Amino acid sequence: MMSLSETIWAVVKILIMVGFLFNVGGLLTWLDRRQSAMIQDRIGPNRAVIKVFGIEFRLGGLLHPLADGVKFFFKEDFIPPRGDKLLFAVAPILVMAPVLALIAVIPFGDKLCVDDLWRTTDTGSLLFPAVPRYGSCLIPVARGGIAAIDLQVASLNVGILYVFALAGQGIVGAALAGWSSDNKFSLLGALRAASQMVSYEVTIGMSLVGALMIYGSVRMGDMVRWQGDHAWGIFIQPLAFFMFFMAAVAESKRIPFDLPEAESELVSGYFTEYSGMKFGMFYFAEYMEVVTSSMLLVTIFLGGWQLPFLHRDGLTIDIGTWRALQLPMNHLTVTAIQVCTFFGKVLFLCWIQCFVRWSLPRFRYDQLMKLCWRILLPLSLANILVTGVVYLLLDHAGPVLGNTLQMIGDLTQAVVAIAITYFVLSIVIGLIRPTRRTSWVVGSTAKLAQRFGGTPRSPRMQA
Amino acid sequence: MLSTYAPMFMIIAIATLIAGLFYTFATVLGPKNPTPEKMMPFECGSDSVGSRGVKLSVKFYLTAILFVVFDIEAVFVYPWAIQFRQLGWFGLASMIGFLSVVAIALVYVWRKGALEWES
Repeated sequence: MMSLSETIWAVVKILIMVGFLFNVGGLLTWLDRRQSAMIQDRIGPNRAVIKVFGIEFRLGGLLHPLADGVKFFFKEDFIPPRGDKLLFAVAPILVMAPVLALIAVIPFGDKLCVDDLWRTTDTGSLLFPAVPRYGSCLIPVARGGIAAIDLQVASLNVGILYVFALAGQGIVGAALAGWSSDNKFSLLGALRAASQMVSYEVTIGMSLVGALMIYGSVRMGDMVRWQGDHAWGIFIQPLAFFMFFMAAVAESKRIPFDLPEAESELVSGYFTEYSGMKFGMFYFAEYMEVVTSSMLLVTIFLGGWQLPFLHRDGLTIDIGTWRALQLPMNHLTVTAIQVCTFFGKVLFLCWIQCFVRWSLPRFRYDQLMKLCWRILLPLSLANILVTGVVYLLLDHAGPVLGNTLQMIGDLTQAVVAIAITYFVLSIVIGLIRPTRRTSWVVGSTAKLAQRFGGTPRSPRMQA
Repeated sequence: MLSTYAPMFMIIAIATLIAGLFYTFATVLGPKNPTPEKMMPFECGSDSVGSRGVKLSVKFYLTAILFVVFDIEAVFVYPWAIQFRQLGWFGLASMIGFLSVVAIALVYVWRKGALEWES
């Protein structure tokens, strides 16, 4: 039975994850419009306004998701008279609930030792660390409380299988929505959605096998720890990363894979007949799927909450056997940094998905199917074989090669550290630097094209 | 055991509750004044012809069958992938045998034209 403190911690963790998902989902609807405005040389949403004592706050359009949400609730509800009423009602719930429940197995931090929050390892004496680098905490069971808390809603041993099980429910929701709507466009959209998601489900499953072979576990926490000790998944399974990324975008039915809801062909696809917040649930679930797929990518391929060289006892930079730097930190600081790292990585991947959405045109349906069955599936089968052979060869190669591999792993960590530092610095500089407000006669896209020598159709402009 | 799985059931319950609340509010709030034109299915203004039971392209059924075949195979590969290090070369050889059967099936399906969507 669960004790009281365990229950409270479970509720707190659920609130953190669900709160993050909801807020970032809402934020992404704003980001998507803002990003498209930037790419298409427009200003973007800026009309929603809050008046406090006569002063107008627009916050760069950030109020729009809020206004949209409120508006959705007060719109007229429409149920097609000849449709299937029960299935019509179940479909939006079936689409939204699994996305929310899916985040249960995603770890957003290492094991938290409540009793050792403020303890720091003494410099030089690694024999008595404040918190062990692996496993549980020093004090097994605290007075009245629990000593070790997994920063993960449910640390299931089936991990990734739970994710697959719930992600598969989205197909049912989309298919039911289209079927029960009594609308030909909805039906076509639902068929396309079911067919597409079912196909890419195979790719998602097969592309991960290579990564699972190396991690040797389906538990999400174990995967993250393995990546912290060796190298991030993206360096070990680069092909699997890109295949999984593509399949994840296809599963969330966004451009370039948005054929089920292709506006120019099918009005709005399988949710054409939904209005108000019922439409909003499909719309919102799509953005939350972007967040959850980013979380999965971060956990499996981008090291989860790991930051290069940051261990539970502080910052230790080891390249091979050479120790470059050691800086002990207390447990609370390390945990806070790790949790922020995880959420930061997730936000970065969400941004990439928005960028992909507004940069690419839509596929044709046969191209979509060809990509899945003729390219991604054979590639993932080949990936399994190559991974198996290479892994076993390296495993039997002897200690010298093993040390070299560890060295290479450490070097990739160094590369990642440098990349993250550069990225964070450029963001900070970009925020501090004063913006130049100039109205251009030519658009920024044309300016970019000109910088790379002009497009073949348009000769170089006279700037 | 229970303390591992209980949070999972909690989050599933909370997720269903949130989705249900969204649905209930969407149904309760908001005006309701249906007119005959409003209740028509939206098919770009033209009257809806025929029922939902229209004949669908056989391609969709084929895709569904292919999905069942290849996803079941993924299920067989997973336990092997977890035990891969312990099984070593023998395990890899067996899996190569299994995957080559899968590959032959894929080639057969491909040659038969089940993956063609152009025509």
